Amino acid sequence: MEFQKKLHEFQQYIDAEEKIEPKDWMPDDYRLHNIRQISQHAHSEVIGMQPEGNWITRAPTLRAKKILLAKIQDEGGHGLYLYSAAETLGISRDEMIEQLHAGKAKYSSVFNYPTLNWADIGAIGWLVDGAAVTNQLSLRRTSFGPYSRAMLRICNEESFHQRQGYEIMLKMVKGTPDQHEMAQDALNRWWWPALMMFGPHDNQSSRTTKGMLWKIKRASNDELRQRFIDKTAPQAEFLGLKIPDPKLCWNEASGHYDTAEINWEEFNKVINGDGPCNRERMEHHKNVHAEGAWVREAAAAYATRKEV
Amino acid sequence: MLQSNSSHGSVWEVFTQKKSGQPYQHVGSLHAFDKEMALDHARDLYTRRDKPSGLWVVPASEIIAVSPGDGAPFFDPSDDKVYRHPTFYEIPEGVTNL
Repeated sequence: MEFQKKLHEFQQYIDAEEKIEPKDWMPDDYRLHNIRQISQHAHSEVIGMQPEGNWITRAPTLRAKKILLAKIQDEGGHGLYLYSAAETLGISRDEMIEQLHAGKAKYSSVFNYPTLNWADIGAIGWLVDGAAVTNQLSLRRTSFGPYSRAMLRICNEESFHQRQGYEIMLKMVKGTPDQHEMAQDALNRWWWPALMMFGPHDNQSSRTTKGMLWKIKRASNDELRQRFIDKTAPQAEFLGLKIPDPKLCWNEASGHYDTAEINWEEFNKVINGDGPCNRERMEHHKNVHAEGAWVREAAAAYATRKEV
Repeated sequence: MLQSNSSHGSVWEVFTQKKSGQPYQHVGSLHAFDKEMALDHARDLYTRRDKPSGLWVVPASEIIAVSPGDGAPFFDPSDDKVYRHPTFYEIPEGVTNL
């Protein structure tokens, strides 16, 4: 009875667009839903450093290299903001890393695809960051205060990420025919994985209902995906590149682009660990984490000797 | 570092959240002998006009700060990276939503 009353008040508070802070009462499900979502978001930022990191040593100019380094450093920073936000809910950093390594916590399926040529770095900034920012702009209004504030910071900082990607695409399409082809090839390979980032269709997504009720999610997967398609299709047209969807066309009546169906078989395969780079990404993360153990140990030993 | 345990108690820094969801902001400090007293004083001192949605008090001695003199070299590394800002990139006319 007491619980039902609290739950009712909690819902009223959320419905009034108030934000929940870590020390407020919240149902366990709300806590767990946020821990799961925020930690997976954090893992995505950190694992997302790998496909781009692949090109740091081979960036074509010093300018491009500096930009890429700055962007990857941002992604690492964003992971840290999000881990910290999740920690306010009572889970430790170690537990989150363990869950990732045990395969219990997922990260965005898109980072399990390889970066084969330099145009992929352009396509990631333009499409992958474009899709991420569409989601994150909506999440600025999420009901958990620390998550919402992390999203504000992240969106502000990400504002250059998409632009630098589009700039790379522009340079490639204006380059030699080979470079133009590389740009098209990158779009061909990244378009569908970018659309998959929004997750399953609303009617297939078990978590959407509660997430929306508690205003953790502020727009549905399909709604966000459509928003992304609608703003990105004209950008592709400007580049003179063709989106690899024969059914893509503007629908005057709906005011949106129509599209073909996503290959959900591929999505499920990648999300369940069988994408092109799943093993590589996870192994790399585990190795780096293990290689860093001595640093954590040394720091902890130092802290016992010195007043910090 | 601010002196604690004088006959006025120790110094506490006060942070309020004006509206639900917004970041906590520093509003000032006060003297108190324990957490409860610090909260009571913070309420009386800093929230007389508007009811904030949240209030934090933190022992001043627990705050680690960079002083103005150290600031310049300390923050130097962020100065010269114009490419961290979206305005660094030229986006042609006609491209929207970027």
